[in-house]
Amino acid sequence: MSHEQSHPHHIVPLKIYLAVGAALLILTAVTVAVSFIDLGGLNIVVALAVAAVKASLVILFFMHLKYDNKLYMIIFLVAIVFLAIFITFTMFDTLDRGVINPEMDLHINPRAKIYQNMPMDTAAVSSDTLPPPASGH
Amino acid sequence: MSHADSHAAHPKHLAHHFSDSVQQAESAKLGMWIFLLTEILLFGGLFCAYAVFRAWNHEMFYSAHKFLDVTLGSINTVVLITSSVTMALSIHAMQLGKKKQTLILLAITLLLAAVFLVVKYFEYSHKFHLGQLPGKYYTFTGVPGDNPHIFFSVYFAMTGLHGIHVLGGMGAIIWMMLRTAKNNFSPEYYTPLELTGLYWHLVDLIWIFLFPLLYLIG
Amino acid sequence: MYDNESERNYLNTPRGWKSWLFTLDHKRIGLMYLIAMGAAFLLGGILATLVRLELLTPGRDIMGAETYNQIFTLHGAVMIFLFIIPSIPAALGNFILPQMLGAKDVAFPRLNLASWYIFVAGSLFAVYSIWTSAVDTGWTFYTPYSTDSTKSVISMTLGVFILGFSSIFTGLNFIVTIHKLRLPGQKWFELPLFVWGLYATAIIQVLATPVLSITLVLLIIEKAGGVGIFDPAMGGDPVLFQHFFWFYSHPAVYIMILPGMGIISEVISVFSRKKIFGYKAIAFSSIAIAFIGFLVWGHHMFVSTQSPLAAVIFSFLTFMNAIPSGVKIFNWMATMYKGHIKLETPMLYAFSFLFLFTIGGLTGIFLGVIATDIHLHNTYFVVAHFHYVMVGGTVMAFLAGIHYWWPKMFGKMYSEFWARIACLIIFIGFNFTFFTQFILGTKGMPRRYYTYLDQYQPLHAFSSVGSWILGLGFIIMAIYLIHSLVKGEKAGRNPWGALTLEWTSPIPPPPENFDKDPVLNHGPYDYDKVVMERDIDKVKMGSVS
Repeated sequence: MSHEQSHPHHIVPLKIYLAVGAALLILTAVTVAVSFIDLGGLNIVVALAVAAVKASLVILFFMHLKYDNKLYMIIFLVAIVFLAIFITFTMFDTLDRGVINPEMDLHINPRAKIYQNMPMDTAAVSSDTLPPPASGH
Repeated sequence: MSHADSHAAHPKHLAHHFSDSVQQAESAKLGMWIFLLTEILLFGGLFCAYAVFRAWNHEMFYSAHKFLDVTLGSINTVVLITSSVTMALSIHAMQLGKKKQTLILLAITLLLAAVFLVVKYFEYSHKFHLGQLPGKYYTFTGVPGDNPHIFFSVYFAMTGLHGIHVLGGMGAIIWMMLRTAKNNFSPEYYTPLELTGLYWHLVDLIWIFLFPLLYLIG
Repeated sequence: MYDNESERNYLNTPRGWKSWLFTLDHKRIGLMYLIAMGAAFLLGGILATLVRLELLTPGRDIMGAETYNQIFTLHGAVMIFLFIIPSIPAALGNFILPQMLGAKDVAFPRLNLASWYIFVAGSLFAVYSIWTSAVDTGWTFYTPYSTDSTKSVISMTLGVFILGFSSIFTGLNFIVTIHKLRLPGQKWFELPLFVWGLYATAIIQVLATPVLSITLVLLIIEKAGGVGIFDPAMGGDPVLFQHFFWFYSHPAVYIMILPGMGIISEVISVFSRKKIFGYKAIAFSSIAIAFIGFLVWGHHMFVSTQSPLAAVIFSFLTFMNAIPSGVKIFNWMATMYKGHIKLETPMLYAFSFLFLFTIGGLTGIFLGVIATDIHLHNTYFVVAHFHYVMVGGTVMAFLAGIHYWWPKMFGKMYSEFWARIACLIIFIGFNFTFFTQFILGTKGMPRRYYTYLDQYQPLHAFSSVGSWILGLGFIIMAIYLIHSLVKGEKAGRNPWGALTLEWTSPIPPPPENFDKDPVLNHGPYDYDKVVMERDIDKVKMGSVS
């Protein structure tokens, strides 16, 4: 049987739920506001960091993992770890194709067939539609 | 052996192969968390596609994402977060035996979910109108960069799958409202409510990541 | 020894077709799966025979090239999705797992029934797609051909998508059952190793299958709506499909083998009458195989234009993945050493497994070496490799399990004489068919080819004859197994003198599994502490052990 530390009917106080809800709304405002400031490469870092904090609040309090059997937290983290493995290892391939043969790093097809008959914006007909030697990273 | 005796003190909701309510409730919760794990991996595939195509086309992604309405996206985020609060509160109410409050909070959660889908409907129909459609149906010309249809393909796949899960969640909430009304639940037994709550929070969780990646960063 | 109570068993209680249609009894569900496995194996086997018939000569023998593409695709899809992935967990696992834990049922009996019906629905979809212009893409559905092909890719992939849910729900059910429904006091390291095998398998099922689901969904909408994620003409990447596909499909092969390895642990210990050597090592190696198995999928893609960085990482991790399997093989052999070996049919299949799986596993390492793989990829060497591990591994283990638990499931013994004959014929037929294909592969014969150069013909013909011998073995097996149900000798409660809990219940078990509450007096392999009689020794079978 389980020797768990969780209380089967543990009741989270009302004010914690409301406080977490408020925090989530504030963090949403923060992330939207920051997205209008140009931080270059940091924008995605900040956005994901804020999302991670929001996610943690939902998981720990709304989903009760702070008070529950550690096994559930392990299950959740295992999912995240394997997802990370999937994305990371796939990107070992997709980001690195041109190492030996640079032409393997080109866009598969920079201009798909569907655009052949479309009138294009002058903005679209720019130099970055030509296949660059290194792809537009 | 003591089969006949144990039947005397046998709660209605306790299934025959479990030895007591605690074991049953813990098993249900464990099962639900494993199911959530499968949902994370399911959406994960789409996050991977997003990551790969964004790395290959990040200028195009940046230009294309500007055509997403941040206001509507933010409204939806607020709506979903609030619905998570009301969902948690509805379970809290049942833990205290307040059936009417539970029903009202479930109803509000359901309403907020519907609002989410209505907003999404407006977003989608605007895109259809402009021709910002996935794949071979794409006809919009205002996005600079190569193959802008890829961004919209990814956008529709991710938000579409999420929307289907919102719809499924609404079905589950309605079912929970019916069971609550029929007095199926009590402070001693509210496991299905808990499980529905877990599912709903996951739907919120996925949106917490979808929103910045699609609407704010691109 | 038998009273009237033992006449009441899960087969006849409760009665009526509705009690089967809506059953929540894991034993009945396991039995229905077992019958479905037989049907799927028969269908897949017929398709295989057709493939080998066509390959007797380089020219057209019984079918045209397009039909050939469809036949080998279906052979693969049916064998993998309808047979081998569900086989041991759904058929044997469902039946035996709760009993090994002293439980009355799995954690979620209704979900179990749902798994079964979802399996039926998915199978019907898959088989339906065979009638309407069947898929010809190979079971791997690689893009861009699968998106371009005019054959019924969508209905087959939809069928597989549905089957995936069956697999996920079974895995979920088993994980919760193992965590929660053990006997009080039954610790993790006192569980039979079959349970550990099923546990590791279930973890893979829940982690990997959802990725297959999303892959198939993306393929379907790509085909239906031209979304462009995998289509190079639309700026997509066909290799990305392969990443998505193999992220599931490589761990899937560990779904196939891990339960089989669990069975082998049981059989070798019982039929050596000896405590398993290195219990913890075997238990942990199952988990290690499951984990590392998620890190190696790119070894299917060495020639796909995957980056050299990814290729090197995947190759290295592939070598690592072999180590826990090696640990198991050594531990099994150490278990047999100085054991009191009984050469009955389950043990003969275990021996076959040891020999054939080792060959299959080692040839997997040859393929994991990037330089070698450049030459062997897409040749018959690969075909031989995976048949050695899947048939020589999983199917041999499945047959070992069937013969081991047959008396438990049906209360009858099969003919030991004919069982040994069938085992021998299968072993010979299998090696004739597939060892030849290693040679064909190293000589350069590509796989999935309808026609070939004349120089390969003798080997192809030899392989095809081997397939007939293999088929004969299975036909004999079907005959004596069905005969045993009708006219077989009644079995004792514990024919093999095993120490795991499932053998303490009546044969066949009643719906609630046990007639007396199960009690744990000893470990599952404590032959050094406990003397357990073998009922089969008390019944004269007319054959020598």
